[in-house]
Amino acid sequence: MKWHAIFEKNVIVLLVGILVTIAIGGIVEIVPLYTIESTVERVKGVRPYSPLELAGRNIYIREGCYVCHSQMIRALRDEVERYGPYSLAAESMYDHPFQWGSKRTGPDLARVGGKYSNEWHALHMADPRSVVPESIMPGYSFLAEWDLGYEDIAAHLETNRTVGVPYSDEMIENAAADLAAQADPDADTEGLLARYPNAAISDFDGDTGRLTELDALIAYLQILGRMVDFTDVTAEDLKQ
Amino acid sequence: MESVMVTKVEKDEITGQSTTGHEWDGIKELNTPLPKWWVYTFYACIAFAILWFVLYPAWPGVDGYTKGILGYSQREAVMERVAEGHAAQAEYRTGIAAADLAEIRADPALLNFALAGGVAAFGDNCATCHGGGGAGNVGYPTLADDSWLWGGALEDIHATINYGIRSGHDEERYSEMPRFGADELLEPAQIDDVAEYVLSLTGQETDKAAAERGQEVFMDNCAACHGESGGGDRTQGAPALNDQIWLYGGDKETVTDVIRNARRGVMPAWEGRLSPETVKMLTIYVHALGGGE
Repeated sequence: MKWHAIFEKNVIVLLVGILVTIAIGGIVEIVPLYTIESTVERVKGVRPYSPLELAGRNIYIREGCYVCHSQMIRALRDEVERYGPYSLAAESMYDHPFQWGSKRTGPDLARVGGKYSNEWHALHMADPRSVVPESIMPGYSFLAEWDLGYEDIAAHLETNRTVGVPYSDEMIENAAADLAAQADPDADTEGLLARYPNAAISDFDGDTGRLTELDALIAYLQILGRMVDFTDVTAEDLKQ
Repeated sequence: MESVMVTKVEKDEITGQSTTGHEWDGIKELNTPLPKWWVYTFYACIAFAILWFVLYPAWPGVDGYTKGILGYSQREAVMERVAEGHAAQAEYRTGIAAADLAEIRADPALLNFALAGGVAAFGDNCATCHGGGGAGNVGYPTLADDSWLWGGALEDIHATINYGIRSGHDEERYSEMPRFGADELLEPAQIDDVAEYVLSLTGQETDKAAAERGQEVFMDNCAACHGESGGGDRTQGAPALNDQIWLYGGDKETVTDVIRNARRGVMPAWEGRLSPETVKMLTIYVHALGGGE
């Protein structure tokens, strides 16, 4: 009680007291961020999105897919049994912003890559009920009709680089060419695969010779959860 | 002017309550303390928090965080839950892992477990394309009938599920029907003729003259895979053309389009995504849908 009077009677002492109190809270929260190398555990295989995947991701966000689909498999038994290994922070470290979502009207998509064929995705986007009769997802048939605009794709990569995604100069230089090559099974994809290992290469929407928004979206969906090879990751690697 | 804070606790005459002891220019404040239950709950919360800090992961540090003496980790906890669940089914799971497919079918206990596990896994992973109960869809074969593209024996189904079709897996089932029209291997007139012939195989009404011309084209271009009588070839996943079961449709327009542009349907490989036991259970389930050989 006696000491408290000092703070009440002396405004400078009060000010210093407030500063010290806030500084303690700030240090506890901020200092670990500077040592982030040890708080986000790296996992082998996570790479920046290829230009086509990034374009698809932009469409995913534009169409609000995250409103109904999460990309976050929680560490709960039922989720792990249904969707596969729980999501790791590192798997979305190149997502700006991340697409964890907060509601599942549709299923989680964190590991949807490779689960269905490209043809299935094309059919499903055009008319979800043609393949899943009980689905309540709206159709996105226009994606197959709209040409993908990607003249600014290099700028998208650069923008991501400014927020910390390690796109190299080489990646940015080849962005447009890489984007086109990924949707063309006949293209020379050696460089693309060296820059973006594990990228799915296909004429995703089945519309040969045309590069549509559907191509980009399917390319994005097909990489989700496929970057990390979990047969390769031991429980020890995942310990924080 | 400086106000002097006097700390003299006294009893207020009117209310009978004690004052805080503070006085500002003759104005005194009654002391109305927080209810006891509230104060003790508050202290209990603090005690709980301290206990939590000690037991569980809590404080961030410069190089990690405090682990807590219980060593709890959500990641280990979920793995334990999964292991517990599997341990409860250990009798069946180890049985399924150890037995070959025919043995599982012969053992009623394992068969029941495999069918139950198979239907659950099928619903989540397979029904999206093949339909509930394997009813099939355009482009996705019915699994409940006797018509098989790559074989309907247990081992065949097992390999198809494990490695997929045109899936990119090292042991995938692979074949490619040529795009007779798109790659200009046949003249449009020849494609029309051979389409008429294919329709005639199932007794549909066709232009007889065209079908006859088409027969020769069929023998030269199609019979190597689909068989001389159109019976198909399972080693190449070439569908039978002489039955009423169509993967993409049996009308002339669809048949012509398939000859022109081909179809190369893809089934993903499930090895790695599903556990070996789950693939076995799925095999048993699909085999039991009605068409198993």
